[in-house]
Amino acid sequence: MSLTGVTLIKDLRLEWRSKDAINSMLFFALLVVVIFSFSFDPTAEESRQIAGGLIWVAFLFAAVVALNQTWAREIRNQVLDAYRVSPAPANSLFLAKASGNFIFVLVLEALMTPLFVVFYNLRALGPAWQLPIVALLGTWALVVNGTFFAAMSLRTRSREIMLPLLLFPISLPAVLAMVEATTSILTGEYSAKFWIVLLAAYDLVFTTGCLLLFDIVLNAE
Amino acid sequence: MNATPIAPATTPIITVTDLVKQFGRFAALRGVSATFNAGQMYAILGDNGAGKTTLLRTLAGLNRPTRGSITMLGSNNLRAVCRQVGYMAHPSLLYDEMTGMENLHYFARLYDITDDQRCASVITAVGLDPDLARPVGQYSQGMRQRMSLARALLNDPQILLLDEPFSNVDLRSAREMVLLLGKMRDNGKTIFVVTHQAFLLEGAANEFVWMEEGKIVSRTSHYSPTPGEKP
Repeated sequence: MSLTGVTLIKDLRLEWRSKDAINSMLFFALLVVVIFSFSFDPTAEESRQIAGGLIWVAFLFAAVVALNQTWAREIRNQVLDAYRVSPAPANSLFLAKASGNFIFVLVLEALMTPLFVVFYNLRALGPAWQLPIVALLGTWALVVNGTFFAAMSLRTRSREIMLPLLLFPISLPAVLAMVEATTSILTGEYSAKFWIVLLAAYDLVFTTGCLLLFDIVLNAE
Repeated sequence: MNATPIAPATTPIITVTDLVKQFGRFAALRGVSATFNAGQMYAILGDNGAGKTTLLRTLAGLNRPTRGSITMLGSNNLRAVCRQVGYMAHPSLLYDEMTGMENLHYFARLYDITDDQRCASVITAVGLDPDLARPVGQYSQGMRQRMSLARALLNDPQILLLDEPFSNVDLRSAREMVLLLGKMRDNGKTIFVVTHQAFLLEGAANEFVWMEEGKIVSRTSHYSPTPGEKP
C-alpha cells in the first residue's frame, strides 16, 4: 500500500477511536438545520431557491470544525516532527489528510442531506443525478484548501480563527459554484453544467497548487 | 536496510561550522563550531536555554540554520541523509490513541520498512512488550519514553539524537537505557544525548559537551557537574 494509503488508514483509525471530527461536525450541522428550519417557514418553491445556499453554508462551517481537528492531533506530542524527520514526502501526508477530510465531510453530507430534504420538503425539478457530482467536486474544493490552510495556520496562536479567515475568501468561487449548481438542479430553471465545469477547474488548479506548496508549509518554522 | 557502511570511530561524522540559529531577535545558537566523530556517545549538557535542544533539532533538520553549515555523513543536505538519523524529542512523537505496535508500524512505513519483526524487536530492545494492547495514552511516562526511543531506533540509524531520554524514567530503567545506548555505540552508532541527568552517562559517554548561551564552552572526556576545560 502507498504511504498516502497508510497515513489515511492511520487517520481513519484515529478518528474511529476518538470521533473528534465527526461528532463535532454532526452536532454543528444538525444545529444549523434545526435552527434554520425554525427560523424560516418557506414554501416548497422558496425552499428550492434557498436550500442550495443553506446546505453548503452548513457543510462549509461544519467542515471547518473537522479541518481544525485534522492537524490538532499531529501537534499533540509533536508527532508531526516524526514525519518531518523521516524521508516520507510531504505530498503523501497532504493527500492523506485531504482524503481523510473528504471522507469525513462526505459522511456528514450523507447523514445530513436526508434531514435537509425532510425539513425543507425538497424535491429536485432538474437532473438530480448531477447532485452527487456537485457534492463530490464541491466537497473536494472545500477540503483541499481547508487542509492546506489548516496546516498553514497550525503554528499561529489563534488557529481556530485563522482558518476561516484564510479559507472562506479563497473558497468563494467554489461556494458560489456549489450553490448555483445545487439551486439550478433543485429548481430546474437553468443548466448546472457551467458551474460543474467551474468546480472541476477550481479543484484541479487548487489541488495542484496545494501539492506544489505543501512541502514549504510543512517545513515552515 | 542500512546500506551505509559504519564509519570508523576517528572519522568525523558531523561537522558544524559557525552555526547560528535565531528565533526573531533571540539567538538560540551563537556560532557553534564543532566536529563529532563516528562511533562515539556525546552527552550534551547545560542549563535551560543553553541551546542544547535547538542544536539537536537543527542537526535533525527540524530547524533551518540562520547561518553556518552542517555536514553530516559527508553531505550538506540533511534531507539526503535523514534515513541514517534517529530523533527522539522531549514529547513522545507518538499517537496517544494507538498502541505502541500500531505507532511503530506506521512510522516504519515512513522509512519503507515493511518487516513487522523489526517493530517487535525494537520494542523488546527497549524493555517493553510488543503485545501490549493498551494505547500509548495510557502508558506511564517512563513507558512512553521507552516507546519513543523504540521509534527513534526503528530505521537502525547511524546517528541517534536523543533529547532528554531519561526524564521521568526511574533510575533502574534509565540505567538499562544507558546500557542499550552503550551497546549501540559499541556497534558503531554515534549518539547524542541531551540530558540534565549527566551522572547516568558517567562511564558510558565518550565526551561531555557543555553549552552556555548558545555556544559550546567545554568538551571533556569525564563528567563534572560544571563546565571544565575549554575546548
